[in-house]
Amino acid sequence: MSASPLGIQKISGHAGPVPGQGAQRQQQVAKLIDTTTCIGCKACEVACMEWNELPFRETVFDNTYQTMPDTAWNYWTLIRFNEHPREDGPFQWLMRKDGCMHCADPGCLAACPADGAIVQYQNGIVDFQQDACIGCQYCVTGCPFNIPKFNPGTKKVFKCTLCSDRVAVGLEPACIKACPTGCLHFGTKDDMTALAETRARQLREHSAHANAGVYDPPGVGGTGVIYVLHDITNPEAYGGLPANPRVPWSVRIWKGPLKWLGNLAMIGGLIGVTLHYLRFGPKHAGDDSPGGQA
Amino acid sequence: MSGTILRYTLAERVVHWIAAIIYCYVLATGLAFYSPHLYWIATVLGGAPTSRFWHPWMALAFFAALLWMLRAWLADMRITPADRAWGREMNRYVRNEDEHLPPIDRFNLGQKYFFWVMLWAGAVLLLSGLVLWIPERIPWSLRILRPAAILLHVSSALVTIGAFIIHVYMGTAVVRGGFTSIIRGEVSPAWAKQHHRLWYHRVTGR
Repeated sequence: MSASPLGIQKISGHAGPVPGQGAQRQQQVAKLIDTTTCIGCKACEVACMEWNELPFRETVFDNTYQTMPDTAWNYWTLIRFNEHPREDGPFQWLMRKDGCMHCADPGCLAACPADGAIVQYQNGIVDFQQDACIGCQYCVTGCPFNIPKFNPGTKKVFKCTLCSDRVAVGLEPACIKACPTGCLHFGTKDDMTALAETRARQLREHSAHANAGVYDPPGVGGTGVIYVLHDITNPEAYGGLPANPRVPWSVRIWKGPLKWLGNLAMIGGLIGVTLHYLRFGPKHAGDDSPGGQA
Repeated sequence: MSGTILRYTLAERVVHWIAAIIYCYVLATGLAFYSPHLYWIATVLGGAPTSRFWHPWMALAFFAALLWMLRAWLADMRITPADRAWGREMNRYVRNEDEHLPPIDRFNLGQKYFFWVMLWAGAVLLLSGLVLWIPERIPWSLRILRPAAILLHVSSALVTIGAFIIHVYMGTAVVRGGFTSIIRGEVSPAWAKQHHRLWYHRVTGR
């Protein structure tokens, strides 16, 4: 949505300066997901599909609550239901609303070769611009959370927009509006971090969750979606939330040193053969018969 | 033309030029995805989504051409003791002091290296390209393949670009008569005698 009133911070595959970068004062926004008060009602999933007018997918039934196995190009947020055996015996329901984390240092954007297909707004929202997407799926490789999903029909990649269209006009994302328990919050990153820390402290001091904490992974520069987890030491138990997500180092090498080495080698090669020709010139075949040296 | 020697059959020339044209297309579209400063190439070639669609299909055709050349030239591309003797004097070849070089057969060591580099780099490009073609089908547990494929694809592509620059330069600017030979297929006896003396003896019986 290039017409978005949100100021732009970063643009994928873009040569030259970013138009409007730093020209506006916009606060970082964040979504807070308190997994300790999620009841798995899936209202956020429905609200997401309604607001974004996404077509329905078939559900599956395998005797669990997980009626949708994974997020999809037309299913951007999904509660992951995990029955977690606690060390002290009983099972624990861990429900986590999965979706784009809106990384401050987005691996999808770093990997994307298409000019303007992925933008990061100054408020921190990372948004795919399908008009400019070329369907290469490098974002799939760059993302440590397995979020971008490819639509083979249109050959475009989709994911949660954090309702950038709603946020741009001062509304909260649709999922926030639908949550009946108040486990979803939306506001500035500072406010959400403070709220999350308060909640985690409350859990540690007034409940059995002595390891409660806030998930805001520094490996991707922090995220625009933060979690309160009952057990911050074991994020993997929440349906594969990575303990230390990072942009793949090979993406960093590819977009950094390898690019410069490659450019040097290619330009050096062209200059090299030119200099060789100037110094040594062509080989003479010793006669001027047909097919030989002209 | 009487007095000339057939260096490349029609089939060899056709496949060479199919491979050459496809390589240029795959190179151009690949460079467009390699650098934002070269992204305009994809626009020129029909748009970036179109380029992304055709790049892997064209690459398959390129690899098929490579396999054809492997079948056709395998015997001629084996590196022999004569090549090793020639290779020890390669700096003379680079300095155009060809009269001091030991005789060689149909292809010189540089051409053979070029062939094997393109074949092996092409195989790496093909395998890594398959991962990049359909990254979503790679299971999450094997996701290490995705970033590994990116590094392998870019590195081996750069290797082929280096080889390609030298190949085009040698074939057009330096070895006069080489370019004509891959178009019309014929070389003069003097050309054959100077550049590929063992081959000249073999095909002419002289």
